[in-house]
Amino acid sequence: MDDDIPLEPASQAAPKSVAGNRSGPTPKYTAPHAASRGHATVEPPRRGFLMKLLTLLIGGLATFVPVAAGLATFLDPLRRKSSAGHSLPVAPLDALPADGVPRLFPVIADRDDAWNRFADEPIGAVYLRRTEDENQVTALNAICPHAGCFVDFNRDAGNYRCPCHTSGFEVDGDRIMPCVAPRDLDELACEVREVEGQQVIYVAFQNFYSGLEEQVPKA
Amino acid sequence: MSLMNWLEHRTGLRSLLHEALYERVPGGARWRYVWGSSLVFAFMVQAITGIFLWMAYSPSGQTAWESVYFIQYEMQYGWLLRGLHHFMAQAMVVLLALHFLQIVIDGAYRAPREVNFWLGLVLMQIVLGMSLTGYLLPWDQKGYWATRVATNLMGLVPAVGPQLQQLVVGGADYGHHTLTRFFAMHAGLLPMLLIVFLAVHLALFRRHGVHAKDPHRKPDTTFWPDQLLRDAVVCLAVLAVVLFLTCKPLILGEPLGDRPGEHLGAHLGAPADPAVPYSAARPEWYFLFLFQFLKYFEGDSEVIGALVVPGAIMGFMFLMPLIGRWRLGHGFNVAFTLGLLLGIALLTGQAWWDDNMAAYDVEIAMLDPEGHKREESARFLEAVEGAQRDGARAVQLASSPQGISSAGAIELLRNDPKSQGPVLFAQYCASCHSHVDADGKGIQAEEVSAPNLYGFGSRRWAAGLLDPERIVDDNYFGKTAHSEGDMVSFIVDTLGEVEAKKLEQIAAALSAEAQLPAQQKLDEADAADIEAGRELMAGDIVDGRNCIECHRFGEDGELGYGPDLEGYASREWLIGMISNPEHERFYAYSNDRMPAFHPDPDAPERNRLTRRQVEMLADWLRGDWYEPEPAANGQ
Repeated sequence: MDDDIPLEPASQAAPKSVAGNRSGPTPKYTAPHAASRGHATVEPPRRGFLMKLLTLLIGGLATFVPVAAGLATFLDPLRRKSSAGHSLPVAPLDALPADGVPRLFPVIADRDDAWNRFADEPIGAVYLRRTEDENQVTALNAICPHAGCFVDFNRDAGNYRCPCHTSGFEVDGDRIMPCVAPRDLDELACEVREVEGQQVIYVAFQNFYSGLEEQVPKA
Repeated sequence: MSLMNWLEHRTGLRSLLHEALYERVPGGARWRYVWGSSLVFAFMVQAITGIFLWMAYSPSGQTAWESVYFIQYEMQYGWLLRGLHHFMAQAMVVLLALHFLQIVIDGAYRAPREVNFWLGLVLMQIVLGMSLTGYLLPWDQKGYWATRVATNLMGLVPAVGPQLQQLVVGGADYGHHTLTRFFAMHAGLLPMLLIVFLAVHLALFRRHGVHAKDPHRKPDTTFWPDQLLRDAVVCLAVLAVVLFLTCKPLILGEPLGDRPGEHLGAHLGAPADPAVPYSAARPEWYFLFLFQFLKYFEGDSEVIGALVVPGAIMGFMFLMPLIGRWRLGHGFNVAFTLGLLLGIALLTGQAWWDDNMAAYDVEIAMLDPEGHKREESARFLEAVEGAQRDGARAVQLASSPQGISSAGAIELLRNDPKSQGPVLFAQYCASCHSHVDADGKGIQAEEVSAPNLYGFGSRRWAAGLLDPERIVDDNYFGKTAHSEGDMVSFIVDTLGEVEAKKLEQIAAALSAEAQLPAQQKLDEADAADIEAGRELMAGDIVDGRNCIECHRFGEDGELGYGPDLEGYASREWLIGMISNPEHERFYAYSNDRMPAFHPDPDAPERNRLTRRQVEMLADWLRGDWYEPEPAANGQ
């Protein structure tokens, strides 16, 4: 290694430096191929516009095919459907006391995940609430419409609280203002059906995109 | 030497090395120039540890947590490898901030180095992208729920938000393809981009040379060895800090548990379960300020806090080199950067305080007049505690002789009576039953109207049942329709006169039917008492009266009036009772409000609980679950 330190203001990029603009001793071998390449002296060939276009086209096509194949597969999720959206049995009616207090129930359905099918898996959760006066059942999706965390029902305070960004909701799902959530908790259609002599609560389970003012169902 | 010459002729290696090492450093080597090199070092560490982690990691819903568990707990020094990767990622973010700060304060972004500054900002985005994607890969509850919030925020992007989210997540819901995509980004695309941009960043850095803060401070020197020595010292210091964080309990002499992975290296929570909400979800600490920031944007302005403001700040950073051209521009840039860091520090501090205030005795009434924040903090801390419990339990089960089945670790907690029992009990049983010990600890009924099931079937419990005073209190039949039934009057009227020894024997015999795991040794030791008790139950307790008047017991008595005492409180008995209390074995005609939780295996929609859930409740009530053997050497 030579100790001669080049103290030029800025060293040049590698290919140019071979020509010997360093102040160090000349290497024993001058790089003959570099000199004979002599690209600085040869004029670029003046080919026609067509030739340049053809080169670009061929090169572009050769790159396009693998990229397109990759992208096509990459975009596949856009046509996938969620397991949600169907009316599903969630609980027998008499499992829900008619005291106006919401209770959390898992929503069970077959769930597809890429190459797997999971039979009878929890795909989400709903707060079911049955009021005394009309014996009516309402269902709220347990997911907070702000950023998608699960809300907790606080029995003592009688309202929902989100553990993430402090949004709060009344027992009927209306926001407690001020609230970071753009809309109230998502209400889901639900009905009581008679199955083999038993009253069963069915819920049309659906998730929605969070952060939006209007309900946009997830595909 | 001739070999060196030959190599130089064929490859130009020596010139290359010369150029790399003898870069001029105007004004002498300085500590303030070390940050870029330390970042390159950090990236090298991440690449090395990352590739070795890759050799043991498997990205899918049923293998991600499992393979990370295996690295952390089972593989030789896996905890060290994972700890280095985990903490170096955090160190990298700190070094990024320091590098950025030094560049801005020194004005090193100004002409002709604008493009390199921009490349640096792009590199910063890539590094942050790698931390975001890496956080999900262990597929534990923390990473899963925190990353879900991040991808949900992508839905806010105007026009294409939902599609973008679906592409990133790899479908409508989180699943296998979320992991495969995040992993491809984390270990493939992003590092590749980082290397490309880093190469250009370094090339441009060499092209323009070191931006000397003060070029006449000292005589000029070269990168090797003057500056490189300083760089090396800082890299070693960074590594020392990372090693300290990885091995903290070892260095501080804290207890280590049975296996090094339990306390060393990086933390691993319970396996991700989409059905188990995780209230302790928080992003990695260096993203906490963004998390906190979202709390200030109400309603439809969420997009401003999530995307517009962070985007504008990033956009402004790109303009810094142009602003720096004006006379006051540089001062403005420095002030802005310091202000930004201060803001980030304040938001991070606020987020931390919001979550942890309940752990401290300080109350600032002005900021939290109604105590809501304190309450929420208490709930958060409770959730963290629960999460740690679940995580430790999942690891315990994964390490059990049964191990992890091909269905994945998610089944471990889902099928664990110890974890699921309290949850099921609180949801399905605690409207009437309590489950509290003598100190009042446990699950309190919403409104007590049925027996306290703590220790159900144990001798203590059976003794209380046979006690004329206690049978009518709230822990037994006091609040039930049975309080005026035949059983209560038999006990109150008749058993009061029975000598204590006999009652003890009956309680032991009844309790022996339960075959409780915790009482196994006791039952074996007291076989004679139990036998005596059995004879009394079917024979003559007092005045010729006994249990088989109303109950079946062994081959005596009949079903139908009182519940079956054969196998009373055993696993089979409890499963049957919970499934359908009106079955002839139990309370065919005298059931007091208890619903049937699994009356019909063939009609799932009529069942409140699945068969497995009923089994877990029974096992939990009986204290029958897996516990690891205590370590033999007592460590």
